[in-house]
Amino acid sequence: MTIWFLAGSEAERRLLPGGTLRGPTPYVIAIMTFAMTVVAAAGLALANAAGIVAGAVEHRYVLQLPDGTDGKLDAAVSAARTVRGVTGVEAVPEAELRRTLEKWLGRGGIGEDLPVPALIHLELNSGTDADQVGALLGRAVPGARFIAEQATVQPLLGSLRALRWLAIALVLLMAAATSAAVVLAARGALDTHRSTIEIMHGIGATDEQVALLFQRKIALDAMVGALAGGIAAALALLLIGGGGLALASDLTGGPPLGGSDFLLLSLLPIAAVVLATLVARFAVLSALHKVI
Amino acid sequence: MARRRSHARNRQTRRGGPLSPIVEFESVGLRYGTGAEVLRDLDFRLAKGGFYFLTGPSGAGKTSLLQLLYLARRPSRGRIQLFGQDLSDARRNVLPDYRRRIGVVFQDFRLIRHLSAFDNVALPLRISGQSDAELEGPVREMLAWVGLADRASARPPTLSGGEQQRVAIARAVISQPELLVADEPTGNVDAEMAARLLHLFTALNRLGTTIVVATHDVSLIARTPGAQLIRLEKGSMSDPTGSLRNPPMGAVQPL
Repeated sequence: MTIWFLAGSEAERRLLPGGTLRGPTPYVIAIMTFAMTVVAAAGLALANAAGIVAGAVEHRYVLQLPDGTDGKLDAAVSAARTVRGVTGVEAVPEAELRRTLEKWLGRGGIGEDLPVPALIHLELNSGTDADQVGALLGRAVPGARFIAEQATVQPLLGSLRALRWLAIALVLLMAAATSAAVVLAARGALDTHRSTIEIMHGIGATDEQVALLFQRKIALDAMVGALAGGIAAALALLLIGGGGLALASDLTGGPPLGGSDFLLLSLLPIAAVVLATLVARFAVLSALHKVI
Repeated sequence: MARRRSHARNRQTRRGGPLSPIVEFESVGLRYGTGAEVLRDLDFRLAKGGFYFLTGPSGAGKTSLLQLLYLARRPSRGRIQLFGQDLSDARRNVLPDYRRRIGVVFQDFRLIRHLSAFDNVALPLRISGQSDAELEGPVREMLAWVGLADRASARPPTLSGGEQQRVAIARAVISQPELLVADEPTGNVDAEMAARLLHLFTALNRLGTTIVVATHDVSLIARTPGAQLIRLEKGSMSDPTGSLRNPPMGAVQPL
């Protein structure tokens, strides 16, 4: 396909003089491709982070007891193990809870007389009806609260998903801006070469033949721009984004971008070239339809 | 291949039989925008293989009439038939096929400034799909014919007015059109070159090409026996004998 874009005889190329990098198109495409790739990478990383976080807590629940003393915690653990669908039960040691609370209340703020709730982490089988498990545990351990961990991270997940949609919207906006820039470039090229077009039309050239000349020229400009923008984006992601990616990896426990993400990102410059070429073709044909 | 088809058409034209007009205007008017009509009530037919001179004072509408002939404009009213087809309201995607059957010599030459003389002359053949190998010979031959063999690689801005005109003429006739329309083709050449160009036109006419030449040069008309005169004045055509309304269709005589 790329070869077809750039095909055409030397004579055909001579019809529209002005080499690559002479007009604004390659620069605009380079900037837009760079921005689109970086924003798309951020959007994909956010989507992946949301997925990893959501996946990690999807089947995890907490059973919270107001008071775990006097063997109530052991009894609750035993009761939880008997419930069908519960695959993992792990009581959080009281000392660990107190250490956590010390971070907030200070060393002196938490004494032995301060009642500390007991917590039990539960892992449910996928497909298990959580409401039913909650009801069973509620009857087995009176006063206990059955909490989905997903609910606690819901605000974070909501933010991550909103940012992902924002990234998608930004990529689409940049694609629209690229299209607008290409339309302007195509119209500029049409104005520059108006006399050539009139002569070609006058001696029997079809709109298709004229459009193909401009299409090839803009495709070549777009290829150079997209290649430059793509390389710059890759370098930026590797050099500047490396630290951020490592941090994201630590936070979510998984790589922020996978193989399919890199494949998708590498397709963006190609998409930019195809978009620019199609938009140029449409703009040229529309303009040509206004003449006889 | 397009060249062979063109020859075949021309041969068919010359074999006689009941020939239809190549151009037919019926009550044609042309106005630009909302202005007054620059051409009014044009009714005429041009026979296949005919040789016509279009004359008239400046501003009479000669160039406008030629533009209608080479399909650069549509009439504001009336009907125009070319090659037996009504093209007054034809869809624009069918026009290129008809334009390829018409050679045009523009008054201002309209050469592509950044192309060499060779590439300018080769353009109609390239547009019709001929390869570089196919067109090399005919283009060199045509350039030699108009005396520009040694200027093939020169670009129009480096050519004199007369040389540019010859390139324009070579481009117009390279594909052996069925209809050749020329707007003041000898306006920028000396008498000797004018005679050679007229000779080229008459040679093409003998091959069956219909020629329409707009000119002020009365000597050109005088040197072309058998050619018919179309006179335009203030957008209207004078045809006192009626021969342009009803040309002798079956008896087109080569000049």
